[in-house]
Amino acid sequence: MNQSVFPNLETAWCPGCGNHNILSALKGALIALDKKPYEVLVVSGIGQAAKLPQYITTNGFCGLHGRALPPAAAAKIANKQLTVIVNSGDGDSYGEGGNHLIHTIRRNIDITHFVHDNQIYGLTKGQASPTSDIGHITDVQPNGSNNIPLNPMLLAIALGCGFVARAFSGDLEHLKSVMVEGIRHKGYALIDILQPCVSFNKVNTYQWYGDRVYKLGGDYNPENKLTAIEKAMEWGDKIPIGILYREEKPDFHDKIDFLKNGSPLVDKVIDMEKISGFMNDFR
Amino acid sequence: MIYNVLIGGAAGLGMETMAFILEKTLQRKGFEIFVIQDYMSRVRGGHNFFQIRFADEEIDSHGDELDGIIALDKETIQTHLNRLKTDGFIIADEEIDFRDARLYSLTLKSTAKTIGNPKVFGNVALGAVLKLFNLDFTGIEEVINEKFKAEEAAIQNMKAFGEGYKLVTGKYGIKVNGKADRILINATEAIALGALASGLKFYSGYPMTPATGIMNYLASKMNEAEIIVEQAEDEIAAINMAIGASYAGVRAMTGTSGGGFALMVEAIGLSAMQEVPLVVAEIQRPGPATGFPTRTEQGDLKFVIFSSPAEIPKMVIALRDPEDAFYQTQRAFNLADKYQIPVILMGDQFLADSTRTVKYFDFSKVNNDRHLSQEVYSEAKEYRRYEITDTGISPRIIPGKLPGTRVLMESHEHDEHGQITESGTVRNRMHDKRLRKMTYLKEDLQEPVFVGEEDYDTLLLTWGSVSSPVKEAIRLLNSQGKHKYSALLFGDIWPLPDKLLKEKVKGVKRLINVEQNATGLFSSLIRECTGIECDSSILKYDGRPLSSQEIVSRIKGGEQE
Repeated sequence: MNQSVFPNLETAWCPGCGNHNILSALKGALIALDKKPYEVLVVSGIGQAAKLPQYITTNGFCGLHGRALPPAAAAKIANKQLTVIVNSGDGDSYGEGGNHLIHTIRRNIDITHFVHDNQIYGLTKGQASPTSDIGHITDVQPNGSNNIPLNPMLLAIALGCGFVARAFSGDLEHLKSVMVEGIRHKGYALIDILQPCVSFNKVNTYQWYGDRVYKLGGDYNPENKLTAIEKAMEWGDKIPIGILYREEKPDFHDKIDFLKNGSPLVDKVIDMEKISGFMNDFR
Repeated sequence: MIYNVLIGGAAGLGMETMAFILEKTLQRKGFEIFVIQDYMSRVRGGHNFFQIRFADEEIDSHGDELDGIIALDKETIQTHLNRLKTDGFIIADEEIDFRDARLYSLTLKSTAKTIGNPKVFGNVALGAVLKLFNLDFTGIEEVINEKFKAEEAAIQNMKAFGEGYKLVTGKYGIKVNGKADRILINATEAIALGALASGLKFYSGYPMTPATGIMNYLASKMNEAEIIVEQAEDEIAAINMAIGASYAGVRAMTGTSGGGFALMVEAIGLSAMQEVPLVVAEIQRPGPATGFPTRTEQGDLKFVIFSSPAEIPKMVIALRDPEDAFYQTQRAFNLADKYQIPVILMGDQFLADSTRTVKYFDFSKVNNDRHLSQEVYSEAKEYRRYEITDTGISPRIIPGKLPGTRVLMESHEHDEHGQITESGTVRNRMHDKRLRKMTYLKEDLQEPVFVGEEDYDTLLLTWGSVSSPVKEAIRLLNSQGKHKYSALLFGDIWPLPDKLLKEKVKGVKRLINVEQNATGLFSSLIRECTGIECDSSILKYDGRPLSSQEIVSRIKGGEQE
C-alpha cells in the first residue's frame, strides 16, 4: 500500500479489532480509485468505529452520536466534488441514528455508508446493539437480548436503496472490492461490514463469522430485487457477503438542475441584484 | 388618523384572501399598515381573525380598539363587539341575525351570486368598507390582477368591489398620502430575505409553527436563487445538516420553534465545539410541550441563552421588527463566520405573523464577510484547524480545495489539529480558546435602542418583538401624562450589552420590564448580569400579543395604585 498517500496513524483500537482491517481496506479502495486525501471527506458519529476519521489523513467530520448521515448528506449537497464516506458503528447507524438511515436512503444522495457491524456496543463496554442476536447475554440484557434483530440489508432494499452490500472484515481483499464498488455507485450506498469485537462480543467471533460467510458468486444477479430480498434474509448457518442489490437510479443531485449542472454550490456566486429584486414580492 | 379594522370568521371562509386584498390596497394607497393574525391550530372552523390597522402616521403596534368589524359569522360580532368604538361599524351578510345600531346588514352573498361567483362575497364586503372610508378604487385593480391570475375571476372580483361600493354611503373622510414607497412584509419573510442577501445556500428545517414561514419563503426562491431548502426528517437532522453544509463551506441555517429547538440543543454544542458557523432562528410560541402552537410568548429566553451542555461561546439576537429582522439576520451570518460560533435569532409568533409596511431594505448596507483564511496552506505550510490564537479564532478554510490540507473537525476535546486528546492541559487551552471568543464578541455588541424623552423619570426595559409596541406606548404616554417616559429596546441579549443600560438607569424613579412571559425572564437576566433590579413588571402570557394601548393602560393603572 502507498504509505506516502495514506500513512499509518496510531489508533486507540484493541489489537485484533476488525476496525484495523476496515481502515486498511478503505485506504486501499481510495488508492484504487485514485482519490487524494484532500478530495475525500470521512464523516462519523460517535463510537469505536466512529474514531476512524482520526486515523486517516482525509478531511474528517466527527459529529454527534447517531448523527453522521445528516451532515454527510449536506456536505455532499454543498460540494459535489467531495467524495463523502460515512464510517460508523451499528449502534450509531442503526440505533441512535435509525431515523436518519431511513431518510438518507430516501434522499439517495451520492455518499457511501460503511457500517462497522459487530452486533455489540463496544465503546460503552458491551451492551446489546440493534443487530445483536436474540438471546445474546450482556450486563444490561442479563436474560439475553429479547428484541428482534434489525436486518439492515432487508430494510435498505425495502426502502429502495440502490446499493446494498455486506462484507466481512476478515476478508480484506473482498471488503476492498465491495468498498470500491460502493464508492463508485452513484447514489447512497450501504455496506454492512461484519466485524468481531474481540473485547465485548464473545459470541460473534472471527471464527463464528468465518464459518458462516460465503461470497456471492458470478451467477448471482444483484439486479433482481426478489432474489436480493431472499439473500438479505439469509442469516444463521450461512451468511452471504457481496453486493446483494444494485439499481441505477437518479440521485439527489440529478433531480435538481442547478445542483447537477454547473459549479458546486460552494463555488456559486450570489446574484445580489436578483435577490434584491425579490423585495418586489412585497410591493 | 389611525383606523383599526377586524376581519373575522371560521377558518376556510376566505379571510386570508380578504385581508391580503385590503392590506395590499391600503399599502398601495400609501398608508402605514400593521396587521396581526389570530388563528387556531386547525385547518377548518374555529374562530380566526385579522386585524388591519392603518394610518397616515408612524404606527408600531396593533390596536385593541376597533373602528370596524367585517364579520363572516355571528361569533365574530359576539366575540369582538366589546372592543368596537361607539361610532364604529359592523359589516355582515343579511343572513347573520344580529341587532346593533352600528351594523350594516348587507346583501353580500346574494350580490356575489348575481355576479356569478358566490366566492366573491368577501370583495363585496371590502367594496363597502372602501366606501365607508371614502377611498377610491386606485390600486385595487392592480392587486386583484396580481391575486387572481385567471381573467374571469379577476373581472368578477373587481365587479364585486364595485357592487359593494354601492351598498353603503361614505362615513369617514380620509386624506390619501399616495406615496406607496413601502414593502409589506412579516418577520419570517424578512429573515428569509436577510438570509438570501447573506448568500445563504442551504436551509434545512422541519415544519413547526410559527417558524415555517422562513422555510416557505426560501423554498419559493429555491430555483431562482439556486439554494437548497431541505425538509429534514426531524429537527435533529435539520441542525446537523446545516452544520455539515457549513463545514463544507456554504452559509447554512435552520429554524424552528421552542419544542424543535429542544431537539437541536445537542448540536448547538457541536457547532461551538467543532467551531462551525451556524445561524438558527428560534421563533417562540407558548409552551412547554405543544403549548399554544399558533400564539405568542417570550418564554424561551433563558432556555436559548443557556442551550447546550457545558459552557460554550454563543450569541443570541432578539429580533424587534421586520426591518430589524432583515439586517440582524445578515449580521448574524457575518458574526457566525467571524467567531465560528452558533448565532441564534429569536422571534415569536407575534413577530412572525404580523405584517407591516417598512422601507425597502437597503442592499447597499449588505456586506458579506466570510472571514475565511487567505493563507495558501499545503504539505509544506501546515494547516491547523484549531490553531491557538489571541482572539481564540482559528483560521478557517473550505475542505477539498487545497491539496495537502486536512480539515478535521471533532466533537471530542481535541488538539490544534483536531486530534482527540485526553490531556488536561490541552483541554484547558482549547476551552479557554473557545471561551475567549466571547470576550472579543463583546466588542461587536449593539447597545439597545433608546426611545423617549431625555428627562424621563420612568424607564421601560424590553426585548425582541415587544420593542415595537413599547416604542408606540412611549409616544402615547409622553403625549398625555405628568410623568416622562423612555425605554431601552434590546436586540442583542447574549452576551448582554450593559453600557447604555448602566448609564440610563442612573437616577431613574421607576424601572419597569415589559415582557411576554410569566416570570420576567429578561429582568432576571439583567439582575444576574448587572445587579440592576426592576421595580415592577408588565407581563403577559395568555398567548395574545401586548399592544401599545394595553401597555399604556397597565402603566397608568400601576401609577394609580
